[in-house]
Amino acid sequence: MFAVVLTVGAGLLLGWSRQPGLSATALVTGVALAAIALVAHLTVRTGAPYADPVLLPVVMLLNGLGLVFVHRVDLATGSELAPTQTVWTAVSVGGMCAVLLFLRDVRSLGRYQYTFGFATIGLLLLPLVPGITAGIINGAQLWIDVFGMRFQPGEVAKITMMVFLAGYLERKRALLSVANQRIGPLLLPAPRHLAPVLLATAMALVILAGLRDLGSALLFFGAFLAMLYVATGRLAYPAIGGVAFAVGATIAYQLFGHVRVRVAIWLDPWSRVTDEGYQLAQSLFALGTGGLTGTGLGFGRPQDVPFSATDAIFVVIGEELGLLGSSALLLLYLVVVVRGYKIALTARDEFSTLLTTGLTTILALQTFVIIGGLTRLVPLTGITLPFVSYGGSSLLTNYLIVGLLLRVSDDSRRAVLAGPRQRRGGT
Amino acid sequence: MSTRIGRLSGLVLLLFAALFVNLNLIALVQADDLANHPANRRVIVREYQIERGPIIVDERAIARSIETDGELRFLRTYPEGPLFAHLTGYYSVVLQRSGLEAALNEQLTGQPTEVVAQNLGELLGTRGQPGNSVELTISQAGQQAARDALAGREGAVVALDPVTGAVLVSYANPTFDPNPLSSHSPGEIRAAWDEVRDDERQPLVDRAIRETYPPGSTFKIITAAAALESGLGPDSPFPDEAVYDVPQTTANIGNLPASPCGRGGSISMQDAFRFSCNPVFARLGVELGDRALIEQAEAFGFNRPPPYELDVVASRIPQELDPPQTAQSAIGQRDVRATPMQMALIAGAVANGGELLRPHVVGRIRDPSGRQLSGPDSGRWTEGLLDGRAVSPRTAAQLQQMMVEAVERGTGGAARIDGVRVGGKTGTAQRGATPDAWFVGFAEDRIAIAVVIPDAGEGATGGRAAAPVARQVMVALLGADA
Repeated sequence: MFAVVLTVGAGLLLGWSRQPGLSATALVTGVALAAIALVAHLTVRTGAPYADPVLLPVVMLLNGLGLVFVHRVDLATGSELAPTQTVWTAVSVGGMCAVLLFLRDVRSLGRYQYTFGFATIGLLLLPLVPGITAGIINGAQLWIDVFGMRFQPGEVAKITMMVFLAGYLERKRALLSVANQRIGPLLLPAPRHLAPVLLATAMALVILAGLRDLGSALLFFGAFLAMLYVATGRLAYPAIGGVAFAVGATIAYQLFGHVRVRVAIWLDPWSRVTDEGYQLAQSLFALGTGGLTGTGLGFGRPQDVPFSATDAIFVVIGEELGLLGSSALLLLYLVVVVRGYKIALTARDEFSTLLTTGLTTILALQTFVIIGGLTRLVPLTGITLPFVSYGGSSLLTNYLIVGLLLRVSDDSRRAVLAGPRQRRGGT
Repeated sequence: MSTRIGRLSGLVLLLFAALFVNLNLIALVQADDLANHPANRRVIVREYQIERGPIIVDERAIARSIETDGELRFLRTYPEGPLFAHLTGYYSVVLQRSGLEAALNEQLTGQPTEVVAQNLGELLGTRGQPGNSVELTISQAGQQAARDALAGREGAVVALDPVTGAVLVSYANPTFDPNPLSSHSPGEIRAAWDEVRDDERQPLVDRAIRETYPPGSTFKIITAAAALESGLGPDSPFPDEAVYDVPQTTANIGNLPASPCGRGGSISMQDAFRFSCNPVFARLGVELGDRALIEQAEAFGFNRPPPYELDVVASRIPQELDPPQTAQSAIGQRDVRATPMQMALIAGAVANGGELLRPHVVGRIRDPSGRQLSGPDSGRWTEGLLDGRAVSPRTAAQLQQMMVEAVERGTGGAARIDGVRVGGKTGTAQRGATPDAWFVGFAEDRIAIAVVIPDAGEGATGGRAAAPVARQVMVALLGADA
């Protein structure tokens, strides 16, 4: 595992030093990344030795790739995001290590499910609090400024929300599975069992819609439906969810001008190519120019694409590494998602299963929504590409998710591989 | 729960598969369209990596590329500013290309447009091969003389070599400066663009080839040609009336002022031509019939756009004319319209013995090492039923003589040049508030020329307004020739 990470680091370094002029920065960052990877590896070896061996290297590879391309965008636009992102990588991996070292059993989180529920709402509302709010940025009010750092609490809310839902659904699973209400062809449980879940989700959605972060709202909702289905086995939930989503989407379309604009751009970006459709058009230009093999690292034009370091970093990769590179990236995400669901399958208790299912679904949907948006498969909403996009809150959250996944997998695999006697084995 | 997780992961797999398929569509199927989309800045940056070849007039570059430090590496400049603007056009990041910059893009970049779009890596990595240089057949002295002679008045001058069809002068007023339109600053381009586009004088319209005017009496060359081809001679007599009583209408055609052209009684076609006698040519048109008139005009190139490096609008004569229309068309009024280029081609056909030539402005094209890639594309204008012969050599000789007479002893006196056999026909067409003045003529078999000054002012005539311009340009061309 360590070897894999090291190879990755070396490969990144190589690609990086091909950039003219800044090989010193590249070297420093490369070494830093290798060191971070080493720390992560050692922590996993000691803290969770039986954890899934594939997940972390793949995530580190995505992270490294992200750093390379954030640096690439820096070179094109004159920004200096890569060093900050390197620091965030260290912080995020630190957060993951902390999860692995201090959280010995994820089930203990389930005991505080309501705390997590309220924390979710609190986190989501935080950007509205005067004094720490960073105001409206790019049309949404999602950030806070604390100690000079800009942070997006809604990212962390993804985790707290999933913990709450997992805990709640674990307890009410049996009740919710019993369908005794009939609406048309659908069998439903009594409304009172469902009410708190629906309420919490509705609140989260309202808050997110109010903050104009529709991409995240979509993620929450999707993950919620997935967990509900997995917990109860009732297709009625996703079906109702689908209807609710259609209604919600229509309302959003009527209510928010920017949603209407997004849909219009999605349907026809070319007639607005110089204004609203600019980002989507530039994304498609980049991917089209990249073609099969790409223009080569450093030979694309990330300066033409708005938000090239954050939301649109996928098309920068697609342009310079071509279809081959972007497909490889897609496969890496698929590996992460498949491993995530595998961990959910093998988890030793229902809470862990539900939690890992939710967290994995969030990662999968997030990847789908942003890549699909940039390629005009779905309307474009601005969210980050996990582990790759520039952005500290997102990176930290995703690493915390990985920490939780690793902890769950360590638990279940330890039981299988080491037998019941060696519950707390070291190296 | 495990089957449900399995189903869920299956759904996610499906979503990823959709992403993958869509990605393939973009990167493979739509790639070319996207990579070459006009709004894709990469296309522009790539194109500006190429050192475009110069456009050359008399061994001096009138359009050339200068290296800059900017992202767009080469800046196109036009040292003569507005003088050749309608010919060269502009080369703009915002407005794309016009004129010869557009028509000769492949020669100037030195490679097919598709290749430019594709070889990104090569172009960025290495210093690309510069484009070819394009030499024009234009004469700097002639072009300047046209500008000076028009002296700011609206109008156009087209002169060509009657033997080869090479265009020697193509100048139109008003014109514009292509430099700001070709700058690398979108703001500057837009400001300049707004100014020329909103100018009600329409400086972007090349009046030499893109605008038609009623040819007035210069159309009598065509009427006379039809008569001569039908067997009449220069001496054929016609009644010399002050007014011709046009059949089927009360709108009769007379002279201005309303008197006979000669001494009354009878007048020869040659003298009627010399004095630009409206009643005689109106009668001639009606007697020849609309078919003969239309066919002769089409044999001279009417009703189809002339083949040229730039787009020329077709000169027009209706396909069918009743007698009143025929009478008016025969003297170049009513619905007859012609470009200066078309009238110069007619003058050329008269001057060279009856051959209608293909006009061309591109002389030699050379690659960066100086090797000649192609020469001028001269030849007859053959197309469909057009065989490149407008009139017989005999008719051409008779027309020449009639036109020389018109300059020596008629309305075109202002075009006379000592020691040079100059022929021509003036025209004064009624259209707007004041007359459009024309002169269409030739100097030996060395120059064919057409000058138009639309709306030339109160009391202006072709002889007074246009003929001196033609003379000045011909003198400059003959001087440059010697």
